[in-house]
Amino acid sequence: MAKITFITSDNEKIELEATSGSVMQLAVDNGVQGIDGDCGGVCSCATCHVHVLPEHVSKTGTASEIEQDMLELDDNVSEYSRLCCQLDVSDALDGVVLQVAK
Amino acid sequence: MNTSEISDPFKKARIESGCGHMEDQNDPATMLLRLKDVRKSAHNWKTFQSGAAPGRIVIPSEVHIRETRQIPFEVDPPEHKAYRNLVEAWFKRPLDEAYQQKLTTIVETIIDEVLTKDNIEVVEDLSLKLQSRALTLLLNTPFEESEKWISWGTHVFRSEGSSLDGDKANILYDYIDAEIDKAIAKPGCDLYSVLLASEIDGKKLSKEEVKGVMILTFAGGRDTVINALTNSVAYFADNPKSIQYIKENPEYTGKAVEELIRYFSPLTQMGRVATEDTVVCEHAVKADTRISLCWASANRDETVFENPNEVVLDRKLNPHVAFGFGTHNCLGATHARQIMNIFLTTIANKVASIDIIEAKENIEDLGDFKRKVGYDSLTVKFHNH
Ligand code: HEM
Ligand code: FES
Repeated sequence: MAKITFITSDNEKIELEATSGSVMQLAVDNGVQGIDGDCGGVCSCATCHVHVLPEHVSKTGTASEIEQDMLELDDNVSEYSRLCCQLDVSDALDGVVLQVAK
Repeated sequence: MNTSEISDPFKKARIESGCGHMEDQNDPATMLLRLKDVRKSAHNWKTFQSGAAPGRIVIPSEVHIRETRQIPFEVDPPEHKAYRNLVEAWFKRPLDEAYQQKLTTIVETIIDEVLTKDNIEVVEDLSLKLQSRALTLLLNTPFEESEKWISWGTHVFRSEGSSLDGDKANILYDYIDAEIDKAIAKPGCDLYSVLLASEIDGKKLSKEEVKGVMILTFAGGRDTVINALTNSVAYFADNPKSIQYIKENPEYTGKAVEELIRYFSPLTQMGRVATEDTVVCEHAVKADTRISLCWASANRDETVFENPNEVVLDRKLNPHVAFGFGTHNCLGATHARQIMNIFLTTIANKVASIDIIEAKENIEDLGDFKRKVGYDSLTVKFHNH
């Protein structure tokens, strides 16, 4: 079981728990504002953009080259940017805090 | 070669030079063929604009047959954003459960019907019908309107041989003019009325602006959806195991939709006009000349996609650009994805196999390249379980 926290652009804090699936799906299923997941999680739409809070980066690891290429052209990209459809829920993510980019 | 195969005519040029060339009514286009270049240039709207003369970014150019600016498609930021904000929520309605239920009824009715027939011609008897009926949901207009759109046939925006025909386009333009006048006289809950009532910076949209949005909604969502559906039928006919796969793994339907859309790339390319002298992948592009963003080639880029010419239904990383990229990414994508999703699910539930009787391919002539984009006609027989 991993606890995952989203902070939306309205500064709303949403704490969710899950054991499997992608972080994007978790956010969409719970109506987290700013995460649309248009492409269903295949890394094609960039509507699942989050910034990992710096102190949690060790939990998420880094983006693949394909993901980086997508992010590179996104507005307000930062070195902490991730497409959260590419983050699989696991114990390793427990406690992670994600700032929704949109 | 399987009937359903859609080959990649761009491979050699994409690897060797990254560019192609296309003549078109004295306004040639440099075609960008690599995923990275396509994305970068789609992103760079300052240098590669959409807001040129109406019709110019379309290939073949529609400059001589159309004066109305299509909105938000032929508008650049920052104005683009204002228009897009007006319609974004409306075009997300396909995510509502009630919408999906109605769409499911539309799809199931058509599949039930084709299952009772001996042979059907997919383009006219299935794809055009489904596309038109589904569009009544997106516009929130009476279901019966679809009968008129179906009666126009598939060639309302292009005549035989895909050269452009102004008279045929006029059928649509006159129809939309009349519908706008109706909505002015008696506002309802349809997209026409919603647009007529909306404002940007306190100013109501003009009739011409409303027309620009409506033309685009009709034109952008017609051949693209029809080709996606027809190509899917051909694919499932050649690959009955894939029907079984989706039946057994419904959770992969979304990924399968993305992969089929990547493979089919129903919109081959879209143009842009350079606003300054510039260079793309080592090719000089002069100000006021056209480039094209070739989505279909980018979607087979071997440096990004493993086995790019294979349909891998559970492809996990699939950064395709079939719905465009960046500013102008497809507004109808939510609707198109729902149609495809429900279509695949319905086929998986009701259809055991499909036999192809006869296929006439629709080949686009793109200067250096010839690309199959779908079928002029596809005659098949559906079998139930
Ligand atoms: C499988 C089906 C479809 C495909 C492959 C497709 C593809 C595309 C592509 C590649 C673009 C980007 C054009 C550019 O960058 O200049 C686009 C834009 C657009 N599409 Fe689609 N489309 C599809 C279905 C639809 C449908 C059903 C509608 C509406 C009924 C629609 C409406 C639009 C609109 C309004 C835009 C312009 C958005 C803007 O400029 O902001 N499309 N589409
Ligand atoms: S959901 Fe589309 S890129 Fe993540």
